[in-house]
Amino acid sequence: MASEPPLLSMSGITKSFPGVRALDGVDLDVLAGEVHCLLGQNGAGKSTLIKVLAGAHQPDTGTIRWRGEGVTLRSPIAAMRLGIATIYQELDLVEHLSVAENVHLGHEPTAAGFVVRGKAAKESTAVLLKRLGHAEIDPARLVGELSAAQQQIVSMARALSHDVRLIVMDEPSAALDPDEVDNLFRIVGDLTAAGVAVVYISHRLEEIRRIGDRVTVLKDGRAVANGLPAKSTPTREVVALMTGRNVEYVFPDRPVSPPPGEPVLKVQGLSRQGEFETLDLEVRPGEIVGLAGLVGSGRSEILETVYGARKPTAGQVLVDGRALKPGSVRAAVRAGLGLAPEERKAQALLMLESVTRNVSVSSMSRFSRGGWIDRGAELGAARAATRELSLRPDNPSVPVRTLSGGNQQKAVLARWLLRGCKVLLLDEPTRGVDVGARAELYAVIRRLADEGLAVLLVSSEVPEVLGLADRVLVLREGRVVHTAPARQLDEHRVLDLVMEGSPAS
Amino acid sequence: MTQPVSPPRDSSTDKVPAVQPPAWRGLMARADVRTLSLLGVLAALVLIGGITKPDEFLDTRNLQLVLTQASVIGVVTVGMTFVIVSGGIDLSVGAIVALASVWATTVATQEYGFAGILFTAVVVGVGCGLVNGVLIAYGAMVPFIATLAMLASARGLALQITDGKTQIVTVPSVLDLGERDAYVLGIPPLVLVFAVVTVIGWLVLNRTTFGRRTVAVGGNPEAARLAGIDVRRQRLYLYLLSGLCCGIAAFLLIVLSGSGQNTNGNLYELDAIAAAIIGGTLLTGGRGTITGSVLGVLIFTTITNIFALNNLQSDVQQIAKGAIIVAAVLVQRRTASTT
Repeated sequence: MASEPPLLSMSGITKSFPGVRALDGVDLDVLAGEVHCLLGQNGAGKSTLIKVLAGAHQPDTGTIRWRGEGVTLRSPIAAMRLGIATIYQELDLVEHLSVAENVHLGHEPTAAGFVVRGKAAKESTAVLLKRLGHAEIDPARLVGELSAAQQQIVSMARALSHDVRLIVMDEPSAALDPDEVDNLFRIVGDLTAAGVAVVYISHRLEEIRRIGDRVTVLKDGRAVANGLPAKSTPTREVVALMTGRNVEYVFPDRPVSPPPGEPVLKVQGLSRQGEFETLDLEVRPGEIVGLAGLVGSGRSEILETVYGARKPTAGQVLVDGRALKPGSVRAAVRAGLGLAPEERKAQALLMLESVTRNVSVSSMSRFSRGGWIDRGAELGAARAATRELSLRPDNPSVPVRTLSGGNQQKAVLARWLLRGCKVLLLDEPTRGVDVGARAELYAVIRRLADEGLAVLLVSSEVPEVLGLADRVLVLREGRVVHTAPARQLDEHRVLDLVMEGSPAS
Repeated sequence: MTQPVSPPRDSSTDKVPAVQPPAWRGLMARADVRTLSLLGVLAALVLIGGITKPDEFLDTRNLQLVLTQASVIGVVTVGMTFVIVSGGIDLSVGAIVALASVWATTVATQEYGFAGILFTAVVVGVGCGLVNGVLIAYGAMVPFIATLAMLASARGLALQITDGKTQIVTVPSVLDLGERDAYVLGIPPLVLVFAVVTVIGWLVLNRTTFGRRTVAVGGNPEAARLAGIDVRRQRLYLYLLSGLCCGIAAFLLIVLSGSGQNTNGNLYELDAIAAAIIGGTLLTGGRGTITGSVLGVLIFTTITNIFALNNLQSDVQQIAKGAIIVAAVLVQRRTASTT
């Protein structure tokens, strides 16, 4: 094998987005016929790396060699032509087309320029589905009618309909039942036996042990370990690689004693079908409560349901002892809740507007009389709120889109500070924030708590929850599996709790 | 991509109060590139009109006529701008104008005189807007489809009311408004109504919570909802507003033509959307200016007038309008990407 060049060899790949360096010189070698696992916490750069590999992102620097020859993956089609197929976590199927049409999308069998409907496509699709162990899926059915697991099979069939030499699977097991996972592993085994390489991304260590050959660990946009043996590397070492900090985060001091007083936020038996179940929690003024869990553990869904953006199937949310109208954001905001959502740009910010208008949007009645806005008062209040959080630049008239990620987050916090909210719900507060700016954001959040705000924090980065929160609830598959004061937990313990086993075990 | 220049902003850009430049420089800084270029186009058109038909185009009566014609579609465009800024679309404006104009000019309505006609036109407009708004905001219908349905039914109802006949207005006080005696300092009353609607529209969009909510809903509906804005109620109000503008426009049309017809307002929806687009309103919502839309209307009306004076057929006009829309969007994309 030493004489033969790797199937794929990426070296020194860097990729920056405004405010974030997503990849910082990553190397990755993939051999034909192996299962190469990519590990790393959220934000480590896995998604960006596979998008570069799929031709969806262009790297800023670095080289890609395919079977020993330098290549440029200009577009997803270019990657596909080489034989690189990617199955994304969010499936990219067209719901209103049939299974066969989806499988052959973009390379439909044609005759004289017309798409051939009918047999040929359906038959070749049926063959592929049978090969994938799902002969029961009818190629003529609409993809929108299939289950998530079946859609994934269709996505895989599409990948295999090309002459594929490397398949990237992004958390393929996340949406699957245990027996479906077994089928997936059988497929992966068949593929590698035929000489196809698989790049496999998963959070579940035990899966990597079962099917992986080698492991590359990403952290903060760098590959901290290349090609470790998947079966024999101790779990402790893998976890240490994933979590080992290049940059020590500085967390603010906690108050010595837990804050006294009645809980301002009470959540009782809150459930949402298929997302999370019978959640109970309380947050006191001055307290930061953290929810730790992986993607898919129901973290964001919990926050959005508490906030009224989703309607619970059972349970209630009380603020100062009064139950909120379920599923009403306006009721939650009026009662004193504020949300800094996970997707800042999509869910919180008005990207075309100034900082002032983003900050004032939830408190407009305070600067207006009969609907008429006193812009002087508005600007003054926005300036006071953004100064309080030392938002840079110190000019609230600039468009919010020109700010860095950390300062955009401060603009969202300033919105709720100005509104005078009592409970702040923070969903991944440092996502897309520079490492350097995080410490400052942590200090801001702690100060807001010290001033009497109750904070409910969600993060997939365990150290962040442990470092910032007073109390931590560990979530797994929509249930709280452990509750403890943050100082009684460490990162390994939490990772063990959230990662151990598959959903059935 | 990033240059140390401030990007073009709408005229409501917040001033930095620390520095107080002279008033005229503030005005220059606030009038963005787009407004200036639209003014430039309008000036060029006036120049072309003045050169090709110096006597006829620059005649006071002709200019009054251009402005009067701009008034009806202009009022509709102000309402349309609000709807588009909110991320919606109202295809039914022309049909609402038709329905309001025929309902307000039935024999029965005319018995109530001036007030009856005005009242009916406005109520019919607002009523249609209410139906649009309820379907879109609370019935979760796509604006394109809901207003397309309204377009069809309102036109049908207008035809049913008139039976295809022109309804002549016999109320003298209404007809007098269109006469030269009613002009104020040489300005036709219809143009004054247009001016007032424009100023109110500008103030509402730029200086009120209603305007802010409109922009927020159009720029990012999810963020608006999570910020505590009642997105659905805001959408309802916006279609009511558009309906109200159609009602007012219908009244202006009644005064202008001295009649009500079921063919009134034909293709107003396209003219209003086109004017808003070349005025810089984003069809995806979140950004738009009343100033730009009104300039868009004036540009279109002036073109029509110049072409008519030069005896060019309406097919040439249509081609020119299409070219202008494409050119305006291309220019805007360039200015947007260089900031």
